[in-house]
Amino acid sequence: MTIQEQGSKGIFLSIDWMTIMLYVILIVWGWFSVCGACYDFNNPDLFSWETNSGKQIVWAGTSLVLAAVLMLIEKRFYDTAAYVIYGAMMILLAVTIVIAPDTKGSRSWLPLGSSVKIQPAEFAKFAVALALGKLMDEYGFSIRKTKHISIAIALIVFPMLLIIGQKETGSALVYLAFFLMLYREGMTGSLLFSGFAFVVYFVVGMKYSEDHLTYIPTSVGEFTVLLLAMIFTISMVWIYCKDIFTVKLMSYICFGSTLIALIFAAFVIPFDVCYVMLPICILMILYLIGLALYHRYIRYGLIALFAVASTAFYYMTDTLFEHLDDHQRIRIEVLLGMKDDPRGAGYNVNQAKIAIGSGGLFGKGFLNGTQTKLRYVPEQHTDFIFCTVGEEEGFIGSAGVLIVYLLFIWRLIIVAERQTDTMGRVYGYCVLSIFLFHLFINVGMVLGLTPVIGIPLPFFSYGGSSLWGFTLLLFIFLRMDAERNLKRQ
Amino acid sequence: MKSHIYENRKYVLAGIALVIVLCYIARLAFLQLSDGEYKTRADDNAFFNNVIFPARGAIYDRNGELLVFNQPAYDVMVIMREVHNLDTLDFCKTLGITRKQFDERMALIKDRNKNPGYSTYTQQLFIPQISSQEYGVFQEKLFRFHGFYIRERTIRRYATDHCAHILGDVAEVSPAEVENDDYYDPGDYIGKQGVERSYEPELRGVKGVQILLRDARGRIQGHYRNGALDRKPIPGKNLTLSIDAKLQALGERLMEGKMGAIVAIEPKTGEILCMVSAPSYDPHRMEGKQRGAQMMEMQRDPMKPMLNRAISGTYPPGSTFKTSQGLTFLQEGIITSSTAYPCYRGFVTKGMRVGCHGHGSPLPLIPAIATSCNGYFCWGLYHMLNNRKQYKNIQEAMTTWKNYMVSMGFGYKLGVDLPGEARGMIPNADYYDSRLGQWNALGVISIAIGQGEVTLTPLQIANLGATIANRGYYITPHIVKRIEGGHLADSLLVKHKTKVEKKYYDMVAEGMRKAVLGGTCRSANTSMYEVCGKTGTAQNRGKDHSAFMGFAPKDNPKIAVAVYVENGGFGATYGVPIGSLIMEQYINGKLTPASEAKAASFQSRHIDYGTRAR
Repeated sequence: MTIQEQGSKGIFLSIDWMTIMLYVILIVWGWFSVCGACYDFNNPDLFSWETNSGKQIVWAGTSLVLAAVLMLIEKRFYDTAAYVIYGAMMILLAVTIVIAPDTKGSRSWLPLGSSVKIQPAEFAKFAVALALGKLMDEYGFSIRKTKHISIAIALIVFPMLLIIGQKETGSALVYLAFFLMLYREGMTGSLLFSGFAFVVYFVVGMKYSEDHLTYIPTSVGEFTVLLLAMIFTISMVWIYCKDIFTVKLMSYICFGSTLIALIFAAFVIPFDVCYVMLPICILMILYLIGLALYHRYIRYGLIALFAVASTAFYYMTDTLFEHLDDHQRIRIEVLLGMKDDPRGAGYNVNQAKIAIGSGGLFGKGFLNGTQTKLRYVPEQHTDFIFCTVGEEEGFIGSAGVLIVYLLFIWRLIIVAERQTDTMGRVYGYCVLSIFLFHLFINVGMVLGLTPVIGIPLPFFSYGGSSLWGFTLLLFIFLRMDAERNLKRQ
Repeated sequence: MKSHIYENRKYVLAGIALVIVLCYIARLAFLQLSDGEYKTRADDNAFFNNVIFPARGAIYDRNGELLVFNQPAYDVMVIMREVHNLDTLDFCKTLGITRKQFDERMALIKDRNKNPGYSTYTQQLFIPQISSQEYGVFQEKLFRFHGFYIRERTIRRYATDHCAHILGDVAEVSPAEVENDDYYDPGDYIGKQGVERSYEPELRGVKGVQILLRDARGRIQGHYRNGALDRKPIPGKNLTLSIDAKLQALGERLMEGKMGAIVAIEPKTGEILCMVSAPSYDPHRMEGKQRGAQMMEMQRDPMKPMLNRAISGTYPPGSTFKTSQGLTFLQEGIITSSTAYPCYRGFVTKGMRVGCHGHGSPLPLIPAIATSCNGYFCWGLYHMLNNRKQYKNIQEAMTTWKNYMVSMGFGYKLGVDLPGEARGMIPNADYYDSRLGQWNALGVISIAIGQGEVTLTPLQIANLGATIANRGYYITPHIVKRIEGGHLADSLLVKHKTKVEKKYYDMVAEGMRKAVLGGTCRSANTSMYEVCGKTGTAQNRGKDHSAFMGFAPKDNPKIAVAVYVENGGFGATYGVPIGSLIMEQYINGKLTPASEAKAASFQSRHIDYGTRAR
């Protein structure tokens, strides 16, 4: 036996068939959903090339071919070509901005021939994942080194900017998923936490900015954001600096004065409590900066930076909000429940909720959904495909899909963790983070929990580009995984 | 490896995935497993119930002559998004509208406040009910007017100029009717008067429905479950009236220029052969779009042409009522066939006087009926009410009398199958107790001659004729003879026996025969068949009402008639000749030339009622 033969046999035996099984389940389940979503009363043939369900079979078939081909490409190739692939993809993304025709306001689709279009943004993810894997696998790379992590972040942000340039903000946001991978690889959790904190500030601050505390002329949004900023800052001092004295001191001053201000405003003279809280926050920041300089300890400085951003954030949101596009602002307002507009911006989400809610426990049955088939839910075969699952297969079916996804992601974590080198693990985490992010945003928006960001549900949403993109992403990883035993020989 | 220290972070990532999925499953449970609100809203979105209206039943007369039918009408519909390159000038000219009307109509359709169901994808009503002629012209050019369509509907049409009160009409349901009956939806049609109303459930049939799937743009995409839940409409049943259209036409002719009613009944069956109420109107006035305006006009008319006097008008029956008195006195043993009462130009006792005309005296019953002697019947009632051997007191006597009257179909609705029947008035002991306090026979004596408190509807008078013709019973008078594929209500076929035996009816019939042969109804006499009759001349505030009640032939009677002409004077003036013409027409199927000439002369004899509102 030659090494080559041994290799292929080993690879075949080492393929993670469980992941492939879950992949096939999702694709088949997805195809049935596309059938339901695209059912055309005038053309009930589900297999006809004229219908989306027929085309989806072709996309799925070609994806399987693509998967098979990918299983033949050795990891060595990616290891060698990672940066080249990345560079080529970035060029393609940049070129797309210039040459892509305007499709519903976005310039992200490249026409190939007369009928087929591809979206390079769907394929760029694997290139970024490869580049990140390659980068972090390099000798001496440390995520804790500012220079190194900056390069990693630059690799992520650059394609995001290009895709935003294509007016596909939704697709660009997907790249934020790579931060989950960075977290796993050792990036400080405070960055992830900061991101979370700012989302909370934004949601609470925007949603309750117009409400007032009972009896006290203070905006609930402003008050809550400032209070959270204090709590988060003090917690960080506790966790990252272990400076119990400072924690106690700051807690007494911050919460004490806030409490006194509240009582005074409620029972003596009503006034805006934030006039007290804001100076206290500034005082706290100045104290932290002082500590940083005195102890020459950078962490105090970083926490001070967080506190500054937190305090300023609320006051910046209004300005920030003004700078959003109209449709994006309205989407956010509707999502936060600030606007009720069932015929306008809320229409999609409202109809999606009706579709899902009307499914009940067991659903209306295959091809019996009315909301989706009669086009009440827009984009029902692409971004809003989950509505069809909810309507036709009910709670059982939709919860089932979510559970299969959970198993899929859980399996990918296991597979990623068993990688013997950093590149494989990093790439694996990139893949699962992207799937998780798509699941989170796509299903969330259909359920009315996250903003409406037009990104597909992997393997379910109709479309060749996204299906090929996800297949590419997944099977490069499965091939890397299959080689894990090879190296030991 | 360095990153192994961060390996536990895989649990954080797995935890994030788990939390997301659990949150979403909880949200799914909230949306899908709560109340059916979303289901209802999805159904409201998707299902379009296309109601299919059944054809309303046609109406025929007893001889199969068509009276009421359906005719297609045409609504001009428009689908806004398909309208392009419209030659507005030509379009307006074809439909006979102005450019301004066109613009206004288009603006109104697009106004979502006034037209909430507006969609540019679905048909909107542009002009309702254009005529067949307009349709013909429009149809030819339709191919040039993109986006315009014709929707067929049916409207009720009348094949006769008569029978307006009997047939009634149909119109859009009122909000109250929608509220009271789940069957109706706003915009549906319902019978409003006459047979159209009383036989509404039979005539209308049952609406069908197609459950269609409607997409987000309002376009129809197909049948839900391939039509498994659709219901076909059940067509309305055709009605055959007992009315003889020719007889009805003659009756309406004879009543021209008069107020009053004619009712003819087939005694054996209770079928109403004609029911004329004058003044009447042409049923065509109630067709289609003009109905509202026509109704308004007629409701303002002081002559009240909409009122069906035959069943809704209550009149003093006058002398026609004496027959019922004779029957009662005979059955109660107050009189016998040979009992004779004196009449010296009236009933005179204790300072009381009810006048009468000159005739021989004293008279027994039969000639008393023939000459319509007031005195005889006043004495009869006087003796009945004052008979303390049979009745403890006057109240008991009065109650007995009232029970006889009620058994003959007076004082209560007869139950004719038409809306708006009045019950008339038969006083009872309680009534007089409360109205008069202390009272005696003399105080109420005029009821014996069909005056005073007594009132009857012309239908009740005709029914009295039918009862005498049957010698003691009547079938509930009814106007519908047959329901195609159905059967008449049992209440319409009930045989009501009066409290009086047949032998007494024979005597009264004999009296009525004598009235024709040599009494008040002489002009009704004919050699063709034996007519029995009784005139009535009812006093009232104005000129006397002229009434006639009779039947023919005497044996095996075919028709009983009541004629009532308001302010017509003596019963013999209008009542008898009109009644005899009706009998002749029905029994012979035509009038002799002499009778035809008589009919023509009565048609043109109009009574001046002035302009005072009634």
